[in-house]
Amino acid sequence: MSNEVISEIKRDHIINLLNKGTRTDGRSPTDIREIQITTDCIESADGSARIKLGNTEVIAGVKIIPGTPFPDTPRSGVLTTGAELIPMAHQSFESGPPGEDAIELARVVDRGIRESGMVDVDALCITEGEEVWMCFIDIYALDYDGNLFDAANLAAVMALKTAIIPGEQYGKGENKPLPITCLPISVTSCKIGNTLILDPNFDEEHISSARLTVTTDDNGNFRAMQKGGQGSITLDELSQCLDAAVEKGKEIRKIIG
Amino acid sequence: MSGHTDMVLVDDNGMRIDGRTATEHRPIKIEAGVLKNADGSAYVEIGKNKVLAAVYGPRECHPRHLQNPTKAIVQCKYNMQAFSVSDRKRPGTDRRSIEISKITAEALENVVLTELYPRASIDVYIEILQANAGTRCAGLTAASVALADAGIPMRDIVPAIAAGKADGHVLLDLNKEEDNYGQADVPIAIVPSTDEIVLLQMDGNMTREEFDKAISMAVNACHEVYDIQKDALKRRYSVQKGGESNE
Amino acid sequence: MERRNTKSKRELVLPGDLLDDSGMKAGDYAYVRDGKVYAAVLGVKNVSQLGVSVIPLWGQYMPSAGDLVIGTIVDIGSSNWMVDINAPYPAPLHVNEVPWKVEFGDTSRYLNIGNVVMLKILSVDESKKIQVTMNDSGLRRLEGGLIVEIAHSKVSRVIGKSGSMIQMLKTLSDCRIFVGQNGRIWIDGNDERAMVVADAIKIIEEEAQSSNLTEKIKAFIESNLPDDEEEE
Repeated sequence: MSNEVISEIKRDHIINLLNKGTRTDGRSPTDIREIQITTDCIESADGSARIKLGNTEVIAGVKIIPGTPFPDTPRSGVLTTGAELIPMAHQSFESGPPGEDAIELARVVDRGIRESGMVDVDALCITEGEEVWMCFIDIYALDYDGNLFDAANLAAVMALKTAIIPGEQYGKGENKPLPITCLPISVTSCKIGNTLILDPNFDEEHISSARLTVTTDDNGNFRAMQKGGQGSITLDELSQCLDAAVEKGKEIRKIIG
Repeated sequence: MSGHTDMVLVDDNGMRIDGRTATEHRPIKIEAGVLKNADGSAYVEIGKNKVLAAVYGPRECHPRHLQNPTKAIVQCKYNMQAFSVSDRKRPGTDRRSIEISKITAEALENVVLTELYPRASIDVYIEILQANAGTRCAGLTAASVALADAGIPMRDIVPAIAAGKADGHVLLDLNKEEDNYGQADVPIAIVPSTDEIVLLQMDGNMTREEFDKAISMAVNACHEVYDIQKDALKRRYSVQKGGESNE
Repeated sequence: MERRNTKSKRELVLPGDLLDDSGMKAGDYAYVRDGKVYAAVLGVKNVSQLGVSVIPLWGQYMPSAGDLVIGTIVDIGSSNWMVDINAPYPAPLHVNEVPWKVEFGDTSRYLNIGNVVMLKILSVDESKKIQVTMNDSGLRRLEGGLIVEIAHSKVSRVIGKSGSMIQMLKTLSDCRIFVGQNGRIWIDGNDERAMVVADAIKIIEEEAQSSNLTEKIKAFIESNLPDDEEEE
């Protein structure tokens, strides 16, 4: 996500520890960092969540507004996901319109939400062909210490999960919870040397050769994936990432309730 | 600032719709050192405004052509998050945020000892998480705490607050309704040790008398904000130090 | 920044706080207005023969001539390397200031991006242009071990009174330790021991103001060090 120079000593230290099965913060390769969640933190949003994943912090807000449906889906609501890597979050982030990293991040989060059918968009119709509810999900990285994919996904999912359709504000019926069918959870693996680790921090992410984000639904089925980085992953490693995504996905669902 | 509403903003007893008197500010909460990466940071709530500020620097100035060989420059970026207002705000800069960023940077540059860091840049980022009238003052208040938290040499900490006019009354720290339907708004920021004004804007309609009253109200309130700012920084220190020394 | 004088009571000051109105001289991080001295930074008030100053709690490291620092190579030119020394300004290291004879354009054969070096600050001019050198005894490229970063203002605490703290860390852990004035500390030795030292240094940073710190750290290291037979 940035071109920071990681010192050779730091890199060697991380690799050296990984060879012994541990990490600089004492985690095992398959441990994820502590998750802290605050929902309903923004009153001006219809749903909001602030997530801390270790020292990575992300805020997401949902705005639900009546709008015109797409002609080919006249009865379906509309979902839009945006993400910004604002310079507050890291010295390497620059202000300005979202760059390729921010756009990839938003699209991967969007894909998990969309493909899992998390939001029942058919229940968002107000008047067929004329008016539907449109959900805008806006994600901001506030503090970047690696693995924005999982933090952003979790923030977006929790903001949607707690969102209320503001019917009364627009004279479109009662306020009611956004219809949610499942919780898509992403789990990102990184490859350093020949070792796979989960939930990489900043330094780990920056010395890794490849990254794989896997999003599962409540049943442990796969709903979205994204491989990143210039390195490659073997079929065997892929299999490990998929297993980890299912297993950790369950663990994370327990945490978020 | 339309100035026309049927809503009674100040009742016969001088009470405002949120139960405040004319000279009371909304509840203020300040926390210093809330972010890990930034060199300094602060979170501020003023009424329903929620604001984060982060400071990076002094660091190498980018773009290069902005470098000043004799002093550091202060650059500020004020941004309203898409969900911070009742109608979703389209992401990206607009003319309003560019203007606020400029006057905020100028106010801060006044107190920062920029001559200590020639060619460098001190970058201030203000993110409005939730807006409810008065975000520029909340943003500047947060930014100066973040600067002090970053250990940047400065001659004082800058507090900011607005005074204004609604229902014909001069009021401190207008809320959303008073701002929307009131007759004037005057955000100011001062250097508390000298009472110099480093930020001042005004829009609406005021007599000289009303304006003087607004300024004196706001200056007084700035000193109250200042105490809350200092308190936040001291709390941050007591968390950090982990015990008193008697060596 | 070395402490010049230890007062019995540490007074926390904030920018704008009055430090003195009796005509004392303004030292570091203090400024004068109308004959009075005020604090310019969040820190602890410090009075000495030289005047009244503030010892910052944290903030950016500002290099000064003679400082020994740890830097990371972040860019390579044909006749110099650009070194990140954790300061507001990058430090160019010229080919004449390294212990090797480097041909023009041959810089990357000697030091590459990501390499870590011990440097001495040669000079800092008016506009804060920095010159650094590797041509001094003991200066070299660092390999292996690990680096911890702390606030540069806490470096003096890690060293301790006439080196007492650092000496104790070295003796107990059997690690090599090099403390850069810029807040970067290199620790080399048995992995587990080095990591215990790193944790200890973090505690020193966090509790820099507390009393009996040396004793606390000694106890921490002794109870956390692995058994001797694990030593490599």
